[in-house]
Amino acid sequence: MAKGVKPRVKVPKSASAGDSITIKTLISHKMESGQRKDSDGKIIPRSIINRFTCDFNGENVIDVTIEPAVSTNPYFQFDAKVPEAGEFKFTWYDDDGSVYEDTKAITVE
Amino acid sequence: MRLTKISAMAFAALIAGAGVATADESAELSIEGKTIPTRAEAPAYLENIDEVISGWVYRSDETQTLQADDFDNPAFVFVDTGADLFAEADGSAGKSCKDCHENVEDFAGLTTTLPRVNEAGELETLTDLVNECRTERMGAEPWKYSGTQMTAVTALIGLQSRGMPVNVAVDGPAAPFWEKGKELYYTRVGQLDLACANCHEDNYGNMIRADRLSQGQINGFPTYRLKNAKLNSVHGRFKGCMTNVRATPYKEGSDEFEALELYVASRGNGLAIETPSVRN
Repeated sequence: MAKGVKPRVKVPKSASAGDSITIKTLISHKMESGQRKDSDGKIIPRSIINRFTCDFNGENVIDVTIEPAVSTNPYFQFDAKVPEAGEFKFTWYDDDGSVYEDTKAITVE
Repeated sequence: MRLTKISAMAFAALIAGAGVATADESAELSIEGKTIPTRAEAPAYLENIDEVISGWVYRSDETQTLQADDFDNPAFVFVDTGADLFAEADGSAGKSCKDCHENVEDFAGLTTTLPRVNEAGELETLTDLVNECRTERMGAEPWKYSGTQMTAVTALIGLQSRGMPVNVAVDGPAAPFWEKGKELYYTRVGQLDLACANCHEDNYGNMIRADRLSQGQINGFPTYRLKNAKLNSVHGRFKGCMTNVRATPYKEGSDEFEALELYVASRGNGLAIETPSVRN
């Protein structure tokens, strides 16, 4: 597991049914591209988050493939419609096989 | 459920895209719905200015907005790291900060009074206090003055005082340190022969090349700077300024910088703590 990886998510606590809400996510990660060399001229191995997904009550909302050009601490912001109360599940997949998860519940007024 | 909009970007890209819009000087700072005053009446000992103004006022609209939301504020990545470090046991005593300081919230108000003179008659900053705990009570190695760990933990502790007015003591045992800091503030140094006051007292609000000068207030430190994408300590900033005027900077944690930190903090007495702030 890469060092200092910490997911952060911001989802409103409640929304009206059918409302579009803004979700912000950020994961702290060094996102080493695999293109850089160290002081000895050796290539620093690639270590990035390569996929990010968000599901709502088991249904997929967004599925992103992340490439090495994305910088440190990848930040995703997107809008989603909330038809019912439920739980957003966020998943980040690391190159080294680690999976980072976070969930946020939302109620419908 | 339908996906209406996707906007994906990395922080660096976001920063590079931010324009150099002129700052709105009448804007109000509201963090997470709570209004924080960015102006205050100057303390009586400031002879040449009437109002103390936070550096936030002079930043571009985009930079100002970043500080209004704790999720958008990139400094919170480091504050989170600070919270982990706070709970992490280290050193021969096998203790973490949390073992003694159960709730980090108890530090509310602490940074408003720092730097201060301790019982031994020495001037102490938050960094000194953290390292004193590490070496004397935890049996751990002291952290580097402006290192990632130190700025992360000082930002976490500083955050607890956010919104509270700065109130450092300038009289009594603090008086000689304050006088020394004041002298440093008004002493011209370096090849450019500039004192702190030449920019931050005589010319705040004016342009310095492509940027606007602020009063040099330190109420938002440690501050996240877009230029280096990390938290910056007060002494690190002092060093930067001294290098800019082609002077030989004092060392971080030196008596000179600690005295200057006290004096500069006292110039912001009355101003609200903004830690961790966002600046360019």
